[in-house]
Amino acid sequence: MNQTNKSDNSGDTVLQITSVSKSYGKRKALEEINLQINAGEFVALLGPNGAGKTTLFQLLTGLFVADQGSIVIESYDIRRFAVKALAGIGVVFQQPTLDLDLSVGANLKLHSRLHGIESKESENRIQHELERLELLDRINDPVRSLSGGNKRKVELARALLHRPQVLLMDEASIGLDPAARQSLVKYVSQLCHSRNVALLWATHLVDEVEHADRVAVLHQGQLLADTTPDQLILKTNTQGISEAFLKLTQTDLKNKEAMI
Amino acid sequence: MKLKHAVMALQAISSREINKFVRQRGRLFSALVRPALWLFVFAVGFQNVLGISIMAPYETYIEYQVYIVPGLLGIILLFNGMQSSLAMVYDREMGLMRLLLTSPLPRWYLLLTKLIAGTVLSVLQAYAFLILCALFQIELPLIGWLKALPALILGAMMLGAVGLALSVYIKQLENFAGTMNFVIFPMFFISSALYPLWKLEDAGAEILHLLAQYNPFTHVVELIRFSFYNQFNATSFYTVIICLFIFFSLAVWGYDPQRGMARKGGKPG
Repeated sequence: MNQTNKSDNSGDTVLQITSVSKSYGKRKALEEINLQINAGEFVALLGPNGAGKTTLFQLLTGLFVADQGSIVIESYDIRRFAVKALAGIGVVFQQPTLDLDLSVGANLKLHSRLHGIESKESENRIQHELERLELLDRINDPVRSLSGGNKRKVELARALLHRPQVLLMDEASIGLDPAARQSLVKYVSQLCHSRNVALLWATHLVDEVEHADRVAVLHQGQLLADTTPDQLILKTNTQGISEAFLKLTQTDLKNKEAMI
Repeated sequence: MKLKHAVMALQAISSREINKFVRQRGRLFSALVRPALWLFVFAVGFQNVLGISIMAPYETYIEYQVYIVPGLLGIILLFNGMQSSLAMVYDREMGLMRLLLTSPLPRWYLLLTKLIAGTVLSVLQAYAFLILCALFQIELPLIGWLKALPALILGAMMLGAVGLALSVYIKQLENFAGTMNFVIFPMFFISSALYPLWKLEDAGAEILHLLAQYNPFTHVVELIRFSFYNQFNATSFYTVIICLFIFFSLAVWGYDPQRGMARKGGKPG
């Protein structure tokens, strides 16, 4: 790849969002979003329903394009080098995207082939990922027969198969019971540190951000905070993240800018 | 995009489509019942009413049942082409489409793989129907089975591309039923599938005759008809090629997040 084709990427930043805006008609869904995530970092994107989290994920995955601003994944601008940028991300969508009639193994194999992973290598990786998620014994079962939690695990295994540098999880814990939710968050939190993967975890559930290195609070299309959980509590002068989140999202936007 | 990666993706998408087809056992049956009803009910009933005079590519009088076989092959391709786009709408609603669109392959190539997979299924169904015709002793030239293959592939691709282009604009499965009625039936009836175009002219239906002449489906049917008798219909060939290019380009444009309908897409959340 010619160096001129690459956007400037300093240090180990693997995801750089700069001044991204997106509107639906007259309604602004995202306004001047700036966010940077380094390799091995777990960033929780916390926002109430309709805050713009899914819109941001749609832009990050190249499904739609931003009206303005740039998104650079592993030094590739998604607008100009979509194919290379997409090779660097693994995604677990809010909406399930597994083929329910295919087996667990067949779903993973389909993904491997779409990413150009050789057959033998693909089999090794599938075995490895399923083993880690304690799902190897279900490899031949149709996805339809799995519980909600296990389906999510399969989606996570799939997102990791091509060894991405950036993992995007959009409200991936929806529909899971509290124990399964906590287990999933803990697993991905360990994973991003052990594999040096940058994780952007979108959620509206405050208890899921405890393990995060940073919390980015999104509300009404604006990024209100981007700091560590402790700093968030300190700066909002509250007792916990839950209170800080409520204080941020229930105050009008001008006051919040002054607060953070 | 590396060639090996491209081939792997094509295999993956095609085998998924074929597996899905095999799983839906009723699909082959219903794909054959539709043209079979036209052939064994409609054509038998109208055989004496709709006499066909000698016309190219035929060198002698033919039975009406023989005349409508290319049209019925065309309707198999048309239905399957539309069904592929139905699958695109379903995949988009079920989220599977996201998996494809976020894979590291150019959009045009992903759409091409879908088109090729749909074409394979269309052509297989067309040959299953030809076997049915042979079982019921509909006299078609044997060499035509082989000679018609390129025409069937080209026709299936063009009609599949129409389906792909339509799927860009269909946001929900519910809207698809209306589109089927406004696309499939007009394309089928205002064409040379059931009667030669001179019949429309003789009946004084000038507008219908004109529409049928410009209907891409007419040219798919005529391309198949001529190729069955080892003849090349240049007008139909070029029309099908041009339409394939136009509709596929429309689909690629529509699915391009920077230019087409996808640019306007998405929803707040």
